[in-house]
Amino acid sequence: MSLGHALLGLLERGPGHGYDLKKAYDDQFGQDRPLHYGQVYTTLSRLLRNGLVQEAGVESGSGPDRKRYAITDAGVTDVENWLGTPEKPEPYLQNTLYTKVVLALLSGREAADVLDTQRAAHLNAMRELTRRKTDGDLADKLICDYALFHLEADLRWLELTTARLDELAKQVGR
Amino acid sequence: MTLLSATDLHKAFGPTPALAGAGLTVDAGEIVAIMGPSGSGKSTLLHCLAGILTPDAGSVHYRGVDLGSLPDGKRSELRRTEFGFVFQFGQLVPELSCVENVALPLRLAGVKRRDAESRATDWLEKLEVADVAAKRPGETSGGQGQRVAVARALVTAPKVIFADEPTGALDSLNGERVMTLFLAAARATSAAVVLVTHEPRVAAYADREVVVRDGRSRLVEHAG
Repeated sequence: MSLGHALLGLLERGPGHGYDLKKAYDDQFGQDRPLHYGQVYTTLSRLLRNGLVQEAGVESGSGPDRKRYAITDAGVTDVENWLGTPEKPEPYLQNTLYTKVVLALLSGREAADVLDTQRAAHLNAMRELTRRKTDGDLADKLICDYALFHLEADLRWLELTTARLDELAKQVGR
Repeated sequence: MTLLSATDLHKAFGPTPALAGAGLTVDAGEIVAIMGPSGSGKSTLLHCLAGILTPDAGSVHYRGVDLGSLPDGKRSELRRTEFGFVFQFGQLVPELSCVENVALPLRLAGVKRRDAESRATDWLEKLEVADVAAKRPGETSGGQGQRVAVARALVTAPKVIFADEPTGALDSLNGERVMTLFLAAARATSAAVVLVTHEPRVAAYADREVVVRDGRSRLVEHAG
């Protein structure tokens, strides 16, 4: 997750102070982890240095930073590029799980149990997310959906691997 | 309280065994997902639980009564009055309107048309498909059709609803609407649900899952 891009995206709605940005970010994305001011100001100064934001006036009064920031044309282009570029699909658990399954087979343990245990943990997590989603608002639904689809993908891998255990056992045992 | 229990079920179709020692219990008001790969026997298990199929060996008890000991007529009556069914598709009568489809189980039970259709309309409203009441099933979308089918399964206030891949033909969003409305209605009426699905996202709506593999049910431990 790129904080710079998130802040730039928030600034597209109009100029704001560091404090405004932190608040807007926390409202939209910070349910689990609100931002520290330090992160906001470090990121803003980097964006400023790179010409993606510019200062848009300083308000009188006390306080550490009364500067207002506005997104530049280069900043808008940067956000557009970011939104238009897919994220790299990251491997999640399969390395660990594959290792466990192979080790179970090699040591003569029930590899199906390893997979079933994992499968139960995955479905538990999915049930929890489904409950949260059913009780939640649209933002909760979208966030939970994302996690649900990812867990489902892992679960499908677990099922397919279970179906391929005999084949895998032969190959591992060779 | 155990509502439904199956012990050591065996069932073969010709030389092919479909169930080889499967068992399962369902408590009143509980939602249980039966999962497993294609051909694992999960639909056969559902059909045995519902008294549609008679197992070759093993027994199914509903409220303490052995389904195998009941004469056919009694078993049909049980299915009509205590059980509800939702399948993947093709369960609505194409010549009848949606409201007539939902009212059908009540009509078969001798309820007068006006009363039956009024209760059917209530259920269509709960499933948010009152707008298709006068349409025939062929004139509705897949998601609407499934919600009509759910309304029909619920209209007799069954104690157990058997659902076999109820969202199998639907996209994610329509599947989610069907599951949300279906299970909210089931919970509101304290009906138990036995849900066969191969989709983890659908199974995640249940209280727990049972995995069927090679005709046997595997009980999977999980931490609440």
